[in-house]
Amino acid sequence: MTASAETPSSGSSRSSGSLLYDPKVRSIFFQVALILAVLLFFGWIVLNTMANLRARNISSGFDFLGNTPGFQTVTTLGTYLMDVSGRAITYLDVLKVGLINTLLVAVLGIVTATILGFVIGVFRLSNNAVLYGFSTVYVELLRNTPLLLQIFFWYFAALRAPWVPDARGKVSFFWDNFHFNITGLYGPYPLPQTGFGATLWALVIGLILTFVMRWWAKKRQDATGKQFPIFWGAVGLILGLPLLVFLLTGAPLRWEAANFVQEGPVLRRGFQKGEGMLIIPELIALWLALSLYTAAFIAEIVRAGILAVNKGQTEAAHALGISQSKNLRLVVIPQALRVIIPPLTSQYLNITKNSSLAVAIAYPDFFSQVQISLNQTGRAIELIVIAMLVYLTFSLITSAIMNYVNSRMKLVER
Amino acid sequence: MTSSPHAPQSVAYVRTEDAPILPPPANTTGLYGWARRNFLDSMTDFSDVGSSVRSVLMILLTAFLLWFGISQIWGLIKFVFIDGIWSNPTGARREACLTQAQGGLLPNDQTVGACWPYVAANAKLFIYGRYPMAELWRPNLVFLLLALGLVWTLWSRMPYRKIGAALMLVVFPMVAFVLLTGADLSAPKAFWYVWPLATAILLGLGWAGGKGMGGEAVKAFSGAFWGLGLFFAYILVFALAATMNWGLNSVTTRDWGGLLVTLVVALTGITASLPLGILLALGRRSTLPAVKILSVAFIEFWRGVPLITVLFMSSVMLPLFLPPGTSFNDLLRALIGVTLFASAYMAEVVRGGLQAIPKGQTEGAQSLGLSFWETTRLIVLPQALTLVIPGIVNTFIGLFKDTTLVSIIGMFDLLGQVSSTFADSSWATPVTRPTGYLVVAAIFFVFCFLMSRYSMSMEKKLRRGHAR
Repeated sequence: MTASAETPSSGSSRSSGSLLYDPKVRSIFFQVALILAVLLFFGWIVLNTMANLRARNISSGFDFLGNTPGFQTVTTLGTYLMDVSGRAITYLDVLKVGLINTLLVAVLGIVTATILGFVIGVFRLSNNAVLYGFSTVYVELLRNTPLLLQIFFWYFAALRAPWVPDARGKVSFFWDNFHFNITGLYGPYPLPQTGFGATLWALVIGLILTFVMRWWAKKRQDATGKQFPIFWGAVGLILGLPLLVFLLTGAPLRWEAANFVQEGPVLRRGFQKGEGMLIIPELIALWLALSLYTAAFIAEIVRAGILAVNKGQTEAAHALGISQSKNLRLVVIPQALRVIIPPLTSQYLNITKNSSLAVAIAYPDFFSQVQISLNQTGRAIELIVIAMLVYLTFSLITSAIMNYVNSRMKLVER
Repeated sequence: MTSSPHAPQSVAYVRTEDAPILPPPANTTGLYGWARRNFLDSMTDFSDVGSSVRSVLMILLTAFLLWFGISQIWGLIKFVFIDGIWSNPTGARREACLTQAQGGLLPNDQTVGACWPYVAANAKLFIYGRYPMAELWRPNLVFLLLALGLVWTLWSRMPYRKIGAALMLVVFPMVAFVLLTGADLSAPKAFWYVWPLATAILLGLGWAGGKGMGGEAVKAFSGAFWGLGLFFAYILVFALAATMNWGLNSVTTRDWGGLLVTLVVALTGITASLPLGILLALGRRSTLPAVKILSVAFIEFWRGVPLITVLFMSSVMLPLFLPPGTSFNDLLRALIGVTLFASAYMAEVVRGGLQAIPKGQTEGAQSLGLSFWETTRLIVLPQALTLVIPGIVNTFIGLFKDTTLVSIIGMFDLLGQVSSTFADSSWATPVTRPTGYLVVAAIFFVFCFLMSRYSMSMEKKLRRGHAR
């Protein structure tokens, strides 16, 4: 590369030596050598693997995905959505159930970690010593201890603390609608009746109308300068419209309460299986640990983002007579978000990837299901490749979406 | 006022002495001023409805957080110190931390806190695992050397820090390996013929090329020969050290455990991932398409998958990748997985530093006639790496915490070792688990907190260096 300036003039006069110093020749030589080395390495691995599989009599291939596994998956959102109760399930179903459970805990974790992280991050900038002290201790404690330890803590220590009732007891809250004991959190289970579809359609229409309203409001503001209360409009369309339809159609939703039996044979006492909604303790522990842990990182990102906005921006906004709340909403936050979004993306990815630690407490997420299937079938290569590809897809999709958002928010420069 | 044009210019009023220094306003000093600055400002504005609501909310929030924080901290202090069981005069086991109603020795009305006799009885297990008692001086010596080396290289006031760093990176791994394992490796005979020969040829070619001997072909690649030759030489020295008879009993890695394994995994991951990460980062910024694509693919692949899948891959699939009949150490499998994973993250951190170096630096170096590797080694990397030291330390912290994941693939790191004692019925009490977790949390917290403070002080120093 360094010789590029002299090559054109001297290239023809030199003999064999010039080729060696020709950056083009050198670069091609290095690249070919590198590719050959990589190919040889992979070829060597493949040959070894094939020899090993033959030597150990391990069969390979993806045919096992259609077999019926010899284990049952604990009831979760995944088993509910896949409706695995009625028919013979396969390993493919098992993996799909795991995938849904992973998405569930990832989405839950992302929502709570974002809210908590923003709150703690703002506390970190507060001039109120209590808020500052609390958030600082929170961030330092949670950031500097391993996530796996925190999952263990919530699952084995907190959710099984001495005061938590056993399977035959309960603590109830929210006017006896929700109950908690060592087997999980019980609540009413929604059973949609005929006519509930109209409410869902109203929700979809509300969402579409919100986008239309935003577009119209922006156009009107550009033309006339008049502002439109977009936030309240959105609340009305997304929440109000479905609620109105729901009430007009006669509230077609029945809640099935959890059934707690106090008398009768000891083994039958406690909450009855299949009645009411159960959130298993594994999910609660994983959700708590993931969101509390990630919130500490998000808080630091938010703090750095807000600090990155020049103080002159706030002062200029005040000089223009913009109120404090509008200043925050229209001046500070949009600029802070530009700094916040890229690292925030990687935190969201981290939540998704860290949810695989579920395997340590046997929450049936994707990777736990892979691991159980691996133990049952012995198809290590196939299953680990599937697992890696699935997580890789998550990562690539998330970063693609976030790159799009990021490019939309980027500073428009000349 | 009368003034003649000849009189010296007079002014209406000239102050001849300094105005007395007034004390600062009463509400900015003392306890009241402190409270005003730190609390009251945000919660005493009742000038209009909106501000009043905000103030009231702030008062409620502050009160709640104060109560919550103090009650949590008090709960922790109570659990650890006040209710903690510190004495165990009878040498009892679980009975020392159980009330009489639970079958133990403590009075029934006592609230039982942390069970310290359990920690004391298992301390050796937590730190060294099942490492033989008679050989404990070896890990202890390694810990001591590590501490001394870290102080030497990281403390900015120590002399010859570069030599210290070189010793820590090159010699310390060998010493630690020999001391911890007892150097029980053996290499096939062919290795002792082929490897020294290859090393000598590579180093010879590199030397000859540097001196301008051996024709154009040798000269053109002398840098590559040098690099490869040094790498081969290091492997050779390591192999010599690992196969020599030092008179030490061999200790299999299955007997390692606790903090020892955590430190071994973390430090190996850290030292191996840094050079790999630098190479990958350079590769990602390379103008050669093949190099760039391979680097990007490597980095994005390892960054896109969770560490736990990587560890499962290395524990289940790595043995399949090697020629049949090769046995593969469990710890080494985990180390490979951790290193590959960490190097991808390290590469991204280093790339951030490389991008921050202005192009003029490279161009200036090239105009002086430096080659690509000379430019990288002498101009770009020193600046880029100093810039990203905080990022590198953060990656180290993440890696250090992530070492706990090796417990999922059945290795006994600190967390795995402590968890394993929960199954020990002779210490089964309701407080055993919380006590164990507390110990693990405290150890990790101390290590990570120290690392993050070090990175912060470095950051401050670097910022000062750049703000001229």
